[in-house]
Amino acid sequence: MKDSVRKMFHGTRQAVVVSVVLMLLCGLVFPCLLTGLSMLLFPDQAGGSLIKVNGQTLGAEHVGQEFTEDFYLWSRPSAYHYNVYTEDEEGNRFYPDGTPFPGVASGSNNYAPSNPALSERVEEALESFLEKNPDVRREDIPADLLTASGSGLDPHISPKAAEIQIPRIAKASGLSEGEVRDIIDDNTKGKLLGLFGEETVNVLTVNIEIARRMGLLGEDTAS
Amino acid sequence: MLQLILTIVLYLVMVVPVGIYVYHIAAGKHTFADPVFDRVDGVIYKISGIRPQTGMNWKQYAAALLGTNAVMILLGYIILRIQSIGLFNPNGIGSMEESLSFNTIISFMTNTNLQHYSGESGLSYLSQMLVITFMMFVSAASGYAGCVAFIRGLAGKTKDDVGNFFADLVRITTRVLLPFSIVGGLLLVWQGVPQNFSGNFIVDTLEGAKQVIATGPVAALEIIKHLGTNGGGFLGANSSTPIENPTILTNLIELYSMMLLPGASVITFGKMVRDRKRGNEASKAALPVSEKGKRGKLRSSLTVWMYGREGRTIFAAMGILFVIGLGVCFRAESQGNPALEEVGLNQSMGSMEGKEVRFGIAQSAMFTTATTSFTTGTVNNMHDTLTPLGGMIPLLHMMLNVVFGGKGVGLMNMIMYAILAVFICGLMIGRTPEYLGKKIEGREMKLTALCIIIHPLLILAFSALAVGTQAGLAGITNGGFHGLSQVLYEFASSAANNGSGFEGLADNTLFWNITTGLAMFFGRYLSIVIQLAIAGSLMKKSFVNESAGTLHTDTFSFSVILVFVVYILAALTFFPVLSLGPIAEHLTLWA
Repeated sequence: MKDSVRKMFHGTRQAVVVSVVLMLLCGLVFPCLLTGLSMLLFPDQAGGSLIKVNGQTLGAEHVGQEFTEDFYLWSRPSAYHYNVYTEDEEGNRFYPDGTPFPGVASGSNNYAPSNPALSERVEEALESFLEKNPDVRREDIPADLLTASGSGLDPHISPKAAEIQIPRIAKASGLSEGEVRDIIDDNTKGKLLGLFGEETVNVLTVNIEIARRMGLLGEDTAS
Repeated sequence: MLQLILTIVLYLVMVVPVGIYVYHIAAGKHTFADPVFDRVDGVIYKISGIRPQTGMNWKQYAAALLGTNAVMILLGYIILRIQSIGLFNPNGIGSMEESLSFNTIISFMTNTNLQHYSGESGLSYLSQMLVITFMMFVSAASGYAGCVAFIRGLAGKTKDDVGNFFADLVRITTRVLLPFSIVGGLLLVWQGVPQNFSGNFIVDTLEGAKQVIATGPVAALEIIKHLGTNGGGFLGANSSTPIENPTILTNLIELYSMMLLPGASVITFGKMVRDRKRGNEASKAALPVSEKGKRGKLRSSLTVWMYGREGRTIFAAMGILFVIGLGVCFRAESQGNPALEEVGLNQSMGSMEGKEVRFGIAQSAMFTTATTSFTTGTVNNMHDTLTPLGGMIPLLHMMLNVVFGGKGVGLMNMIMYAILAVFICGLMIGRTPEYLGKKIEGREMKLTALCIIIHPLLILAFSALAVGTQAGLAGITNGGFHGLSQVLYEFASSAANNGSGFEGLADNTLFWNITTGLAMFFGRYLSIVIQLAIAGSLMKKSFVNESAGTLHTDTFSFSVILVFVVYILAALTFFPVLSLGPIAEHLTLWA
């Protein structure tokens, strides 16, 4: 009897101590070690790959942004507007479309393919896009541009989705179409080894270059 | 298409060395890294009072597993409830309420990682590390330990010793999970996954607005999330976010890290069973081999060497199921959404709603099939937005729960089906069924049947409860047939310990937190205990000699039989609900 109690006690002790030890090892030592190594080897990426121009942080390389001006390249629609917001004097925060901003989030509307709300949202986006891009034919719009990404933070659009926006951007920015096309090409990435993934255009970096050419970023544009 | 084939080929190349390494760890054999790890383990054993050489029988092993998991649940629950303290909490997150904490802690301990909270607003960095990251390691290690014990039982070197749970737990954590995580984690950071302790960034955009960008110790969580087939994201939208998964390369790293260890466990199984057979055959004299036979033997021996004879059959069966699922999902997504075609949006790119441009249709379909086959539950696209048939594949693979499966658990489930398959075949040829040289008798069959029936029972009974009550119906956000799919998916995901979701479901309510918590708990522990019991019962039997009437289970035809048995059972249990959910939705959408 005494033996079995002692066994039980020993078993419990092992369970408790090993749990605490592993908790500290895996939950504290490991993340701190990885942070240290990352800061040492890849300080920029570990810090979130932020893009700074003239001392001002404009965004992060891997996180998309919402753009509304005609002279900028537009991103895909996002239920969370890429967490872009404005603040009024009382500190109330709003998404660019005027709805209240509840705080940082990610995701999508999660509309099923059969959900009528999805068709409505896409139809609305389609009409307003055609209105602002009169040169574009409806059937030429690629599906990615008017559908929401999974994360709501997609930094990319497809090359075709960028291509059809060139006339609008050129007209609104005063840059030539060729110039805009060059900027887009410079910020287009091919597939990994020519095989894996898809071709992507980084919307934010394109727009930073557009802003620079338009002189919106101030004089000293060293980079 | 080509990139999918290459992705799979690369996997088959990589899984073999990992499998061999894991086999060495599981079988307690010497590896090149022993000098370092022996010391680390020695310290942990000493502090914890573990005697690694002390064997346990299956009951002691199961009790140790359950007891240790219970302690971990308690520790984690306490931290979630007090996470609002100022430690590692730059974003000022409050404490988590009870039912959500209950759900979260069960979810992470059972390797499910169903998340009814959103990481960016629900957890402090302290919880992300001490609870979530920690649980991702130990739940994976617990599952793997259970699997290793199960294999030891089947391989049957001794009559009742299945190993020492604590030693297995520690060895798997320190020798497999931690080193892989450090290397993989650094690769992820190199590609742009953040790893820091600063609060969320607020930047000034080009258009004069502000943007808040989530950050934190993401990479550490990200790598073990996949390696441990856990799946719970740092952020709400999981691996679809460019913060957790910024490039196609991180996507592949995450994909492979979730696929490697479950595949490796099949190899471990094959090799450990082979060891025993070799031991048996060593005493027999070698037979002379003719020239022709020799060549045939050489060719077959490469795959045998890689996967082990019995492992190869299981691996092939799992592979067939996986490829069929991937094919259906990829094709369904490439077809696009006819409802959007109707409003005038060109669908030649495929169904892009809920998918990221950098992954496209192919890598999204791949990730979707892998995450539900390997029961990880991480997502790189939103499963709720998948086309009906594209969404049926992840649902089906969680219902099957044998297509590789998470951390060893899939292997154990597949062995259940293998036992069932030899039983059915045995009935047909009128022989006592045998598997791995042991007679399968009444006790094993009863336990196997029980084990196989629990899974559909949990899914279907809870789904019936949900659609029968107001509290359950309130969660559905997409009407019509898709609503039933949402409910089914949530419980299939819970019972299979997967953790992905049709995320539209409004699931952070008392009803959903409690019911899914129970489904996860029973789905995990009932199965493990029953499977250990089967192993324990098989161990005690003596090996039977092979005769002319023995059904060989190491052939390709047995793989095919296995695939059919799995599909037939799935059809019998799940076809009615599938036809009311995704199939009906497909028919109406394409009508």
